[in-house]
Amino acid sequence: MATDVQVKDIAIDIRSVSKLFGDFVALDKVSLGIRDNEFFTLLGPSGCGKTTLLRTIAGFEDVSAGEIVLYGKDIASLPPNKRPVNTVFQQYALFPHMDVMQNVKFGLLRQGVDEVEATKRVSEVLELVQLNQFANRLPSQMSGGQQQRVALARALAPKPKVLLLDEPLSALDLKLRQAVRLELQQIQNETGITFVFVTHDQEEALTMSDRIAVINDGQVQQVGTAEEIYEAPKNKFVADFIGETNLIDVKVKSVSGGKASCILPGGAAINCSAADGAKAGDGHLSIRPERVALVSPTKGTFVGTVTRQIYLGTDMHVDVQLDDSETVKVRVQNSKVAKIPEIGTKAGLNFDSDAARLLVD
Amino acid sequence: MAGAITNNSKSNSGIYAGSAHVLMLPSWLIIGFFLLIPVLLMLVYSFLTKEFRGGVIWEFSLDAYDQFFFYRGLFGDEPPVFEWTYVGIFWRSIWQAGAATIFCLIIGFPTAWFIAMRRGANKSVWLFLITIPYWVNLLIRTISMKFLIRDNGPLNEWLLWMGAINEPIHMINTNFAVQLGLFYSYLPFMVLPIYASVERYNFALSEAAADLYASHWETLRLIILPAVKPGIIAGCILVFVPSLGAFLAPDLLGGAKTFMIGSLIEEQFKGNAGNWPFGAAASMILLSMVLAMLTYYARQQSKEVS
Repeated sequence: MATDVQVKDIAIDIRSVSKLFGDFVALDKVSLGIRDNEFFTLLGPSGCGKTTLLRTIAGFEDVSAGEIVLYGKDIASLPPNKRPVNTVFQQYALFPHMDVMQNVKFGLLRQGVDEVEATKRVSEVLELVQLNQFANRLPSQMSGGQQQRVALARALAPKPKVLLLDEPLSALDLKLRQAVRLELQQIQNETGITFVFVTHDQEEALTMSDRIAVINDGQVQQVGTAEEIYEAPKNKFVADFIGETNLIDVKVKSVSGGKASCILPGGAAINCSAADGAKAGDGHLSIRPERVALVSPTKGTFVGTVTRQIYLGTDMHVDVQLDDSETVKVRVQNSKVAKIPEIGTKAGLNFDSDAARLLVD
Repeated sequence: MAGAITNNSKSNSGIYAGSAHVLMLPSWLIIGFFLLIPVLLMLVYSFLTKEFRGGVIWEFSLDAYDQFFFYRGLFGDEPPVFEWTYVGIFWRSIWQAGAATIFCLIIGFPTAWFIAMRRGANKSVWLFLITIPYWVNLLIRTISMKFLIRDNGPLNEWLLWMGAINEPIHMINTNFAVQLGLFYSYLPFMVLPIYASVERYNFALSEAAADLYASHWETLRLIILPAVKPGIIAGCILVFVPSLGAFLAPDLLGGAKTFMIGSLIEEQFKGNAGNWPFGAAASMILLSMVLAMLTYYARQQSKEVS
């Protein structure tokens, strides 16, 4: 992992950063390497420390310990106005008494860019976010989506080395959020600026990011691409937080070379993939619901009773209670041909051994 | 169907509007009785003839206004010369009130800021402390101030004891004393409205400004001050207007040289020596000045909004 990071240029190197609020540990020796020109997402539940981490990068919180190195320079002790990073705030924090033009120009003027040059740059970024005809509007005269773009334009105008985005989409409605996601990605591609994006929304994280850091309890749980994190979760938290999964208690007989052999609660043995650091003894298997197939009771590795069916449009969610009382969630594609067993009837379950993954607890 | 709904809501709002007027009636009556009628009475009095032992004779006269602006000799038979005395008193009052407003702002703004920064219950404690002196009557407080700053009062004695001065500073009966009195009387009227607007201030704006390379000073000047401006202006009006008409502080702490409008008007209605129409005229001139300033401010505000 470490060598992998050094291959590309590092934009921000976070070196064992800790942040304490009184006795509360908000960040616990967090180390992360965010690459140049990357769309990097900090993902986690509320209160996990992701926003605190972003705020330490911006300079709104000072670190209790550790270093934040931005392109080779330790910025941890600099005030926010001396850091070449800009932030898109969750509630936008647009200056209410200034129109769009003045808002976007603010950072440029503070940097000492002259009026003519600044105006030129403002129309460039307003073009980028498609707001040029709104230059003279006040924030209060604009919709939430438009305000969000102004916030983005304002943060992009000074050409920051890194753009920090603190849940910028959370105040938008669903349709708009989906449109803005694409736009954000596009803008990141066009400008080549490193984006650090904070969200608690896993779908946002999975669809937009080059890489994701899953954070919980002030610690980085796993860093990887969307696929790595979804397909090969490292621990119980990541498996459970990203998407849906079945967590099954198993006895682990042996682990070697990323493979493990385990005993399922019913007594059946299974070979599966194993996360780095998984050990023999008691453990947890993660099996994604869509990787479980419903078959007739006679053909299944496991047999249980269907207890619940939930219609989800494209998919069908089925709960199957195994005889040893464990419930397995199954997700099957909604197609007219496949017949889904009725509630109360027996059903067989099958899955490939590579669909199951032994986690680090 | 839609039509029916609109009709319904219309008739509803009609009922509410009607009952709102009824419910407002007591307030209107009180405002009318205790505010409009006295002001109208003053207006009428200012155009009447004075009665020498106080009171008025019901005979129309412009003498009161004439006396304010022109001197016509001891017996009123000389050609009119512009009279500077009263205009001078007005000018000095404006100057005093303006200075008191600025002092209140300089001390009041950081105080309000400090209180707004406290957490939860601490805020209420600080606000409570600010209001404590106002449980005591203004007259008593002003007299206490007089004792405090007199030549052999505690303040001078303390300064002498400290070795900061060799002989007592003469403070009583000076502009400084009047300033101190006005400042002390009206400081909370500056602190409270500013506190209210700082309290509403969104501190993410300060972070955004710092994020966009603004120094502390630039953040204060370009972001915070415009955001809390309504509170500052309300505070300034609440300090300036009563300071302009104040008479306790100038009477008790100042001398003849610090005579202000409030004292001038007060004297006209006191005892048998007064001149009611002249006092009423001075009040009307003061009132129209204040109204002119407030109207100007309101105009500016509405211009900014549009």
